[in-house]
Formats: sequence, structure tokens, C-alpha cells
Amino acid sequence: MHDSHKFKIPIGPQHPALKEPESFSVALKGEKILGVDIRLGYNHRGIEKACEERTFLQDVYLVERVCGICSHSHSTCFVQAVEEIAGLEIPSRAKYLRTLIAELERVHSHLLWLGVAGHEIGFDTLLMYTWRDREIVMDILAQFTGNRVNYGMNTIGGVRRDIDVSQVKDALKAVDTLQERTKYYIEIATSEVTIIKRLSGVGVLSYEDALRLDAVGPTARASGVKRDVRKDDPYAAYADVSFDVITDNHSDVYGRTVVRLKELLESFKIIRQVLENLPAGPIAIKAPRKIPAGEAISRYEAPRGEDVHFVKSNGGEKPERVKIRAPTLANVQAVKHMLKDRFLADMPIVIAAIDPCFSCTDRSIEISYLDDARKKEVLTWPELHAYSIDWHRKRGIDFSSLNKKLKEGFKTS
Amino acid sequence: MTQEEIIVNDLKEKFANIAASIIIQRPRRIFLEVSQAQFLEVFDYCVKKIGFPHLCTITGLDEIEKFILIYHLAQDNGNILNIKTSVSKENPVLKTIINYYAGAEIYERELMDLFGMKVEGLPEGNRYPLPDDWPKGQFPLRKDWDPKSLENK
Repeated sequence: MHDSHKFKIPIGPQHPALKEPESFSVALKGEKILGVDIRLGYNHRGIEKACEERTFLQDVYLVERVCGICSHSHSTCFVQAVEEIAGLEIPSRAKYLRTLIAELERVHSHLLWLGVAGHEIGFDTLLMYTWRDREIVMDILAQFTGNRVNYGMNTIGGVRRDIDVSQVKDALKAVDTLQERTKYYIEIATSEVTIIKRLSGVGVLSYEDALRLDAVGPTARASGVKRDVRKDDPYAAYADVSFDVITDNHSDVYGRTVVRLKELLESFKIIRQVLENLPAGPIAIKAPRKIPAGEAISRYEAPRGEDVHFVKSNGGEKPERVKIRAPTLANVQAVKHMLKDRFLADMPIVIAAIDPCFSCTDRSIEISYLDDARKKEVLTWPELHAYSIDWHRKRGIDFSSLNKKLKEGFKTS
Repeated sequence: MTQEEIIVNDLKEKFANIAASIIIQRPRRIFLEVSQAQFLEVFDYCVKKIGFPHLCTITGLDEIEKFILIYHLAQDNGNILNIKTSVSKENPVLKTIINYYAGAEIYERELMDLFGMKVEGLPEGNRYPLPDDWPKGQFPLRKDWDPKSLENK
């Protein structure tokens, strides 16, 4: 193919380089992208309409399923709006518990992202490492809420589950380990030449463009835009905890990596403060079935950026209107700009760098024996974990010495 | 005087005819209502003179006799100004705000698809979020829309 020829190639809605259905029509000259046309909506499930047909309480569970990764973000954002309309002042313990789950969710989301980013640039070791470490926070989330995703923690008027002293101890221990690992990743990201070279100057979004295109979250903060709903428009317990808003001036994928990694350290700071200063008292107050007429707009800093919910009630059991604007919708418009005049090979990592959402849930396995249909066995997560280690060991693969080496490595670094 | 009160007093002085509709619902939340005819004048003043660097989103509402639009504008100190305006159901035409916020494009396309509004000044582009083969004249977020109407198509 000659360089002077122009081509238009479709990428998506189903494509190996994409994690979710979305469609890009890319105009190319050689390897250079002349322009990108984005078509969204393949995941549209009509949740806003469905919310109007259900009660406020049912909607808490429905909006939690807007996204598998930031499920707590959406349910919190929604209940905050409903509580404002109903004039409910929730107990401070509930506010702290919401903050706790929110930050644990951010930790799991950012670690997941780091793994995906590693994978997109061919650094799959990083994917394996971060996703292994992510299991630590998933276990803590499962301990606190009973679920790895869709935590079901929120209700109108507070939270549904309390935590006890032994759980606090476990969580603090887990945070210590995760902090060590995160420091190690920061060291890798800031000193490993291949990462720096691969990510620098890729997917550039200047400060002015980030503002103009209304980018949100780590995508905006990596272009020097100091915006964070937790600080600017504090909700839950964020007014009571101290943390820094991380920004970076690289304005590229490298900057977005640094911002997310440093944000992990801030999340650990917040989790420690919440666990150490958890106020005593009830975790919820009774909410009325019918929500008085009114409207409210609620914002929340999800792992991917500002999440917005607008709720209007007519005084009935069901909302008149629920409007949701997830952070990816705000950021996808900046992607178009980031790709222009860049190389086609940079597309996967540039798209991944805004961290579009996808979900996973996998926590127990049911074994049916073929020779005896009545005999069934359910493996818990630790049992499944042990089974997997044993399965590999029987086949001559043993990771225990490697694990030991890794731990020693962390201590010395 | 709080930051919210400064904004509200400024707006009340400038636009005396809508003064009654300008309220502070709670700290950092201001609401106001303006007719479609006066909308751009008020909007321009809020964005350019008072300064709201961020557009959160645009909400559409079906109020049976008319459509309501709410533009949620934010300042970096957390203040959100919610500008309400309305368009008639017979002729639901509004003017684009992409000259103020480039990011508004996708929110305006959403209003076109889900409510059947028309946006003046918006360039040609892909629809969002409904599929290309979605039947004409079906607007899911209108209150009189019934999902069953799709089955007969």
C-alpha cells in the first residue's frame, strides 16, 4: 500500500482490541490517523426509562447495575439525590462506611486499569502482578459487603451492613500490603524505560483541550485540571478526611498512569482515616416509601471521574425522572481529539487510558458429579484458590518459592 | 455573603423579570428558570460573565404539556447552576450550546434520540444512543411512549 492513499477502516463494534462494544471509523493515511468517527450506544439498556417504572428502593439496585466496576459509585450518587429530596440526614457512621467502600472500589478499579494498560502495551507481566494484588482488595470488599461486585451496601437513608473490629483489623493489614505493592508499581512506572517510552507523548490532551472538551477524572487531572468532586463538592465523609488531589502535567497516557497510581496512595490514606475514626451509632435511618415532590442533582467522584445523577420526584413511590451521566460519556469525546494525527497502533492504549468500564464477577463454583447426579459440591473462594495451587503443583508447577522471593523483594525495595 | 448569594444577587439584578425563579436549594446548588426566548441571553451571561467552566450534563424532562431542559453548569468550587428552560411539544426546537461547551454535543444528540427534540446549529453526525434501525417517531423517554409499540412494528 502506498503512503499517499487514504483508507477508512472500521474498528468495532466487535473487535479484539476493544473491551466493550463501540464503533470507530478511522480515516488513515498510511499509519497516521486523519480523523475518527465514534458511534456509541451499543450498551444502551434503557435504564433511565426502567427507573421510572420502579420504586425508589428498587432503583437503588437497578442503578447499581449501570456499571460492574463502579457499582457503588452509581448507587451512592443516586441515593444522595433521593436523600436530599426527602430531607434525610443520614448517620455519620453510614457516611463513613460509604466512603470506605467508595475508596476500596477505587483501589480495585485503578489496579484493574493498570493491568489492562500493561496488557495493551504488551507488558503482560504487569497485568498478572496487578490483578493478583487486586485480589487482596476484592477479598476485603467481599468481607465487608458479601460481594465482589454490586456490593448492595447502599439503601435510602444509610447503608445496609455494619462492620466489626476484626474486619477493620484485616482491612488495615490489607491496606499495608497494597501500599507496599503500589509503591513498587510507582517505582516501575517512573523508572522502567520501556513503559516511559511507550506511554509518553501518546494520546496527548492539552490542559486547554481537557477543559474545552469537558474531560473528567484522572483523564482531566493528568492534563493539569485540578478537579475532584470529593474536594470541590464534598459528599459522604470526604469533608472530614484529609487527602490530596493528584494532578500531573504530562497530559498523555503516561501522565494518566502516574495520576492513577498516586491516587491509590491517597485512597489508602482515606481508608486508614475512615477505619481509625469510624463514628459509633446507627448505620441507617428509616426512609419513607413515598418520596416528597422535589428534585436534586448529585455528583460523585467515581474511579473514572465525575458521575452525575439528577432525580425528580412527584411525591409518589416511583421517580418521575432519573438522569444518569457516567464519566466515560464525558471522556469519550476527548478520545477523538487524542487520536487525531497519531498512529493507528496507539489506538488500544489511548482508548484504554480513559478507562472505559467493563465488568466481571466470579466467586464460587458448583461441581456436579456425572456418576451421581444428587451429589453436588460448592467450592468457596479459598477452597478454589487452594484447589488451583494444588492442581498446578501436581503438574510440576510450583509458585510458592517465587511468591517467597517476591515478598522478600518488596521488603528490600 | 456566601458565594451562592453573590451569584444569585448578580443574576437577580441583571434579569429582574426572572428574579422570582432564582433560588438556592442548598449550599452549592442554584436553580433558575427562563423562557426559551430569553435562554441564550441568560446562558451567555452565566457562562461568560459569571463563569462556569464545566458542563455536567443536560437533562430532558417530559412534563406532558411541554418539555423541560435543565443545563447543569459547574464551577470548580462545587457550585452548580441549574438553568431550566422549556420548549413546546408541537415544536420542540432548541439552540445548540456547542459554541460554549464542545462536550455538549453528545448530550444534545441524546435529547434528539430519546425525546425527539430538534437542535438548531448542531452539525451532522452519528446518532446517540439508539441503533441506526430504530423505528422513526419512537422516543423512549416521552411519558406517552410504551415499549409495546415496538412489538407491532
